[in-house]
Amino acid sequence: MNSSKLYNAVFAAGISFILACLMIGVKLDTDSTVLAVKGATAEQWAWIIGGIAVVFLSQLFSTQVDALFRAIPKPDIQALLPQQQKFATLKPWLIAAIIVVMMIWPFMVSRGSVDLATLTLIYIMLGLGLNIVVGLAGLLDLGFVAFYAVGAYTYALLSQYFGMSFWACLPISAGLAATFGFLLGFPVLRLRGDYLAIVTLGFGEIIRILLNNWTSLTGGPNGISGIAKPTLFGLEFNRRAKEEGAMTFHEYFDMDYSSSYKVIFLYLIAVLLVICVIYLINRLMRMPIGRAWEALREDEIACRSLGLNRTAIKLSAFTLGASTAGFAGCFFAARQGFISPESFIFIESAIILAIVVLGGMGSQMGIIFAAIIMTILPELAREFSEYRMLLFGLLMVVMMRWRPQGLVPMKRPNLELKQQ
Amino acid sequence: MSQLLLDVNGLTMRFGGLVAVNGVNLKVKNRQIVSVIGPNGAGKTTVFNCLSGFYIPTEGSVMLKNEQIAGLKDYQISRKGLVRTFQHVRLFQKMTVIENMLVAQHRHLNTNLFSGLLKTPNYRRLEKDAMEHAAHWLKEVGLLEYANREAGNLAYGQQRRLEIARCMVTQPELLMLDEPAAGLNPNETKELDELIIKLRDEHEISILLIEHDMSLVMGISDHIYVIAQGTPLANGTAEQIKGNPDVIKAYLGEE
Repeated sequence: MNSSKLYNAVFAAGISFILACLMIGVKLDTDSTVLAVKGATAEQWAWIIGGIAVVFLSQLFSTQVDALFRAIPKPDIQALLPQQQKFATLKPWLIAAIIVVMMIWPFMVSRGSVDLATLTLIYIMLGLGLNIVVGLAGLLDLGFVAFYAVGAYTYALLSQYFGMSFWACLPISAGLAATFGFLLGFPVLRLRGDYLAIVTLGFGEIIRILLNNWTSLTGGPNGISGIAKPTLFGLEFNRRAKEEGAMTFHEYFDMDYSSSYKVIFLYLIAVLLVICVIYLINRLMRMPIGRAWEALREDEIACRSLGLNRTAIKLSAFTLGASTAGFAGCFFAARQGFISPESFIFIESAIILAIVVLGGMGSQMGIIFAAIIMTILPELAREFSEYRMLLFGLLMVVMMRWRPQGLVPMKRPNLELKQQ
Repeated sequence: MSQLLLDVNGLTMRFGGLVAVNGVNLKVKNRQIVSVIGPNGAGKTTVFNCLSGFYIPTEGSVMLKNEQIAGLKDYQISRKGLVRTFQHVRLFQKMTVIENMLVAQHRHLNTNLFSGLLKTPNYRRLEKDAMEHAAHWLKEVGLLEYANREAGNLAYGQQRRLEIARCMVTQPELLMLDEPAAGLNPNETKELDELIIKLRDEHEISILLIEHDMSLVMGISDHIYVIAQGTPLANGTAEQIKGNPDVIKAYLGEE
């Protein structure tokens, strides 16, 4: 054990002491009418000291801890899957089974779970969209939420001012978000890596601040409320039809009114959208354009020397990624019924990026898993109240340490060649 | 008399005050192997960068099949049939060998988005042709068995060969090789030698070569250009170059 280890340990313990003191050790509380600073209880102090001791010891014995980590068997997902040949024949059945389960499942569980599942599906869509830009084309985009906002506000505004329906607005939202992606794409074409990240970060903020300040159109920080819900071929899911002469869903099918129909209907739309998005992106990845995105990520100069137009390829990645976010945004506005710029802050971009990185860049399966974990975990950890974000952060640190390549790393397609 | 494929006249490239290439002339005929040699830093790679459109030359004309290509974008030039390799191998490392070959055929494959999304028969046929074309070239360079291996995991010599095969699937008329023998062992150099001759004789393309390995250059070149400090020094057949006192001086220095 050398002195640098000891120094590290003391340093880390010191940092954790300062952080713990600030976050847990002191509290502002109201003492009748004035604010008073209160210290933590003796029990809390014991926990803090215990935590610092853990940090100190784990730093001091970091080599041993590392060895312990290595001793933990890593899950070998490849081994869990059936053999390649068998898997190929099973695959369509497996996919069909999953879709059927996803369709039946909401009728058996509580309204809250269905709602949460819908939110998860939105994040899956967003993750898949960002995966095109970050995972495949290798362009780090920190302002992805801007396209999500464009999609959401497109539907909200069209619905409010022109009374347009969800289904008509869905392609318009995607199209408009794609246009914004295209417009952002132009100035950033020459940028890579860090520079690109800063520009996209700025773009995300521009959109949010614009929405916040253009009060006459967007309602500013008050947002837009009363956005129409999607209808099933014109049938509404409200207790009473809003328009004269229109039918509601329960009237048409002569059932009792239940508010859960609406939630389940929204969920089913989300499932449908996600399946469409997965299929489309899956095809794109195996098409020449998908290969070109990856080639561009690997070596831009080689791409140019082989006759690939990098401008067109980068723009297509930006545009298609943005349109997926536009889709998700339009659905989000319809589900929520109320949107404000608060929903499109930077932390959303960061979460979507975390989904892509945790899942494994470029891997669709991984992103689906990661989106499920990232949305459900904060809900499960609700009982930890204010410390749940702390837990969330801890999980991400552990994940990146344990499986830096992501949950399910991307698998290269195996292309069969005829032996000549 | 065979036809003139590439005709470069008075090619000059300045970076600010620095003249990297000064009035270089090059002529490549059909089915010819032409080499450019010169000491380190002579501007050989800069010439390549100018020809392939990575730099826009300050002065001079570059005619490919009697068509001016100086000033065109890099990808436009490669689509006209002039493709290059790099001094340091530039493969798509994380992609498989066969994917590398398919990316190179992007422009032949890239019909439209919808035919690919819907897997139309036309799209399937194009994909199949591209796969066969790729397989053909992998076999030519002896990499067919590694088709599904990640390109970054190949041995260095194999990576060099893959880079050449990847250029060849774009169906070029002039292939520019930038130090293809760098880092190869004598055996691999010999194989490369045979491959280059095969490309000329069987596939009827022209090759423009930058190389430091003199035995390779002298053995296969139909014509050699010598550049020193950005300026043309001499040109001629291997025999003429070997005996040229200026060339010897540039390489070995004066007494």
